[in-house]
Amino acid sequence: MKQLVSLQVNGERHELYVPVHKTLLEVLREELGLTGTKHGCELGECGACTVLVDGEPILSCLTLPVEVQGRDITTVEGLASQGVPHPLQVAFAELNAAQCGYCTPGMLMSAKALLDRTPDPSPDEVREALAGNLCRCTGYVKIVEAVRLAARRQQGDLGTVVDEIERALNEGVVREPGA
Amino acid sequence: MKGFEYYAPETLDAAVEILARYGEGAYPVAGGTDLIPKMRYGHVAPQAVVNLKRIPGLNRITSLENGGLHVGALVTLTQLSREALVRERYPVVAHIAGKMASAQVRNLATVGGNLCNAAPSADLAPPLIALDAEALIVGPEGERRVPLEHFFTGPGATVLGPGELLTAVLLPPPQPHTRAMYIKHAHREALDIAIVGVAALVRLAPGTATCQGARIVLGAVAPTPIRAREAEALLEGAPLTEEHIAEAGRLAAQAARPIDDVRGSAWYRRKMVDVLTRRAIAGTRGEGGDLT
Repeated sequence: MKQLVSLQVNGERHELYVPVHKTLLEVLREELGLTGTKHGCELGECGACTVLVDGEPILSCLTLPVEVQGRDITTVEGLASQGVPHPLQVAFAELNAAQCGYCTPGMLMSAKALLDRTPDPSPDEVREALAGNLCRCTGYVKIVEAVRLAARRQQGDLGTVVDEIERALNEGVVREPGA
Repeated sequence: MKGFEYYAPETLDAAVEILARYGEGAYPVAGGTDLIPKMRYGHVAPQAVVNLKRIPGLNRITSLENGGLHVGALVTLTQLSREALVRERYPVVAHIAGKMASAQVRNLATVGGNLCNAAPSADLAPPLIALDAEALIVGPEGERRVPLEHFFTGPGATVLGPGELLTAVLLPPPQPHTRAMYIKHAHREALDIAIVGVAALVRLAPGTATCQGARIVLGAVAPTPIRAREAEALLEGAPLTEEHIAEAGRLAAQAARPIDDVRGSAWYRRKMVDVLTRRAIAGTRGEGGDLT
């Protein structure tokens, strides 16, 4: 059974004729070519497929496209504006918060939803917001630092990477070797 | 995933009609966080999927005239955790709703889905049963109410018959001098299933430490969530002393009928029921308990 669906993705409207059993993740990647959103566990446990629907993070592997018609879907491709990367993307790059990069799009989307709701989150708030995004490379420390650096910059504080690492050390988020 | 007929009815009557017509071949879907993976891995192959999200009113939380709360079956865990009425009147429910799964899943998953999926470990069940919640069910024969305690009939099974839908959970008005606590025991806080869950609710006689009423509800240690009635009976009318609390823990552990599985052995689960029951009762005395 195919169905006509109308999806609003990154501000663009798409009319598509898709099988009803295809998930939003499959439609984004295979029909719309938006491969930034990653295919992970398909069980709702890894967060790699996180996208925003009306600003709230959801898992596209558990969502049928027909259910999100008429709602505002944002994928990682919609984060940059006019070719300028989002502060989260800049901070992730500067702090090496992405290693293999597979979890990164999902992390960025969960982090964006957090910062939109909580502009200056504590390390614990960042960890809680990202608890549904698994990363097997970084150990998460750089990711938490990157989200907080982006938060500061969004608030007009021109924090540097060095500042952010020092702040993380002072707050005990990370410890120096042997300390 | 296999193909299916997709319906998005806009009234409860239409949904009931479709579900009754397909019988066991129809699956209602709300958040999809349980159904979609089951379809993906071929555990179920519905002939028809009936999306309930177009039916107006099912996603609302409303105050009842008696001071209780009507929580629509399509209320998401995020809504439940943020809604002021729930946080004020039943913080034990708001608290666990905000801790289940992950932010992304909480934005999709619903109260009705958590209950109708009927996992013995469903985290909403023990606190809601402790609060004497009722299930509001609509079906071809009309509407009926079932105490949530009797809603579950086995792993993945409920009292819902063909064409019946859970439309809401009804919470009685909060009782004075009453506190409740739910403890979920799992390997990690997020994205994990309870090894054991224990809810304790205690109503104290005003100005005393004498228990007037108690509920002890256990999750993940029997085919359904269960009440530990012997433990409740022991506490009722008795002062909340260390001895009574310890005895209630022992009685709750006896009531458990756990199995060995990947998350824990039956032996371990039974031990943890004892420990967590004591901890949850103690918690209701103000050591971290949520007022209800």
